[in-house]
Amino acid sequence: MEERLVLLTIIGMAVVTYLPRLVPLIALSGKTLPNWVVSWLRHVPPAVLAAMLLPAIIIHDGKLSLGMENLFFWAAIPTFAAAMLTKNLFIPVIVGIGVVIIGRLLGA
Amino acid sequence: MMEKISCAGWSDMGMVEKQQVRNPWIRGVLAAVPIVLGYLPVGFAYGVLAHKAGLSTLHTLLMSLIVFAGSAQLIVVGLISSGINPLSIIMTTFIVNLRHLLMSAALFPNVAPWKNQEKAAFAFELTDETFALHSVRFERGQDEKSEVFAINLTAHIAWIIGSGMGALGGKLVVDIEPFALDFVLPAMFIALLVMQIKHKAQIWVAVIAGLTSVGLLLAGLNQLHVILATIIGATCGVWIERWKKD
Repeated sequence: MEERLVLLTIIGMAVVTYLPRLVPLIALSGKTLPNWVVSWLRHVPPAVLAAMLLPAIIIHDGKLSLGMENLFFWAAIPTFAAAMLTKNLFIPVIVGIGVVIIGRLLGA
Repeated sequence: MMEKISCAGWSDMGMVEKQQVRNPWIRGVLAAVPIVLGYLPVGFAYGVLAHKAGLSTLHTLLMSLIVFAGSAQLIVVGLISSGINPLSIIMTTFIVNLRHLLMSAALFPNVAPWKNQEKAAFAFELTDETFALHSVRFERGQDEKSEVFAINLTAHIAWIIGSGMGALGGKLVVDIEPFALDFVLPAMFIALLVMQIKHKAQIWVAVIAGLTSVGLLLAGLNQLHVILATIIGATCGVWIERWKKD
């Protein structure tokens, strides 16, 4: 691709990425929303987090995988347990990394 | 001082509390540490792929600076190397990043009192990861502006540094697998999701959204799965709450 065209593509990408990030913050400010919308928006954070997370831990090489070959799935279990027990951000991350490192050392 | 800082990350809930570190900017930088650990290797991978796709170092860095969207950037460098036309690339970016619309909408009440230019700056660095962190922190009342912007800037700088190292050291083969840094962001999401769930309806929302996302992805919908699963999950959440009231 020509240099100038690459630059224009990147600028275009920046615009279409920025607008969805910006418009709701500005447009919804000061508005009184119906109760069901407020309730709906409150459900968005857990929904979107789960929607991004679950594929990362149960899909391996494009396939549903709960077997030994999917180390992330096995590491997610103690990570989840650590999160439940500690309600902490850093400890589950350390636990998860630890399990993945050990799993890889053992050749998983 | 050092002692104070070193223990701050390990504090109650790991959320870096006011009483431990006085400077809000330092608190923000510390709170962003998991994002940094996750962004450096992913940014590096993006930089390497961009270099291989023939993107100049300047363009590689510019994309990280003004687009700042990991998954879209990784997809796009693949498209550039396969010679797809710019409009399709921009359209793909739009679709892949449309999920941020929902994230922005979900956070609007928390930043409603801010000035418009502050909202504009906040939106510029609203990624999956900064959203995930802020959605939990805002709920805990940790919404001091300098702290919020310190988190976003730290994440953004880590993303740019990772991209730059990948672009420049593209020929170096750096194997990050033994350090397991590729599991940092999934682990952070697990922890933040657990912190977010306060009542039963939210467990159902997470389970429904998660399984829907997996189902859509396996069905081949690999660009809209997150936003569709979120819409379905949140809608089910509203129904569940109504149904429990009746």
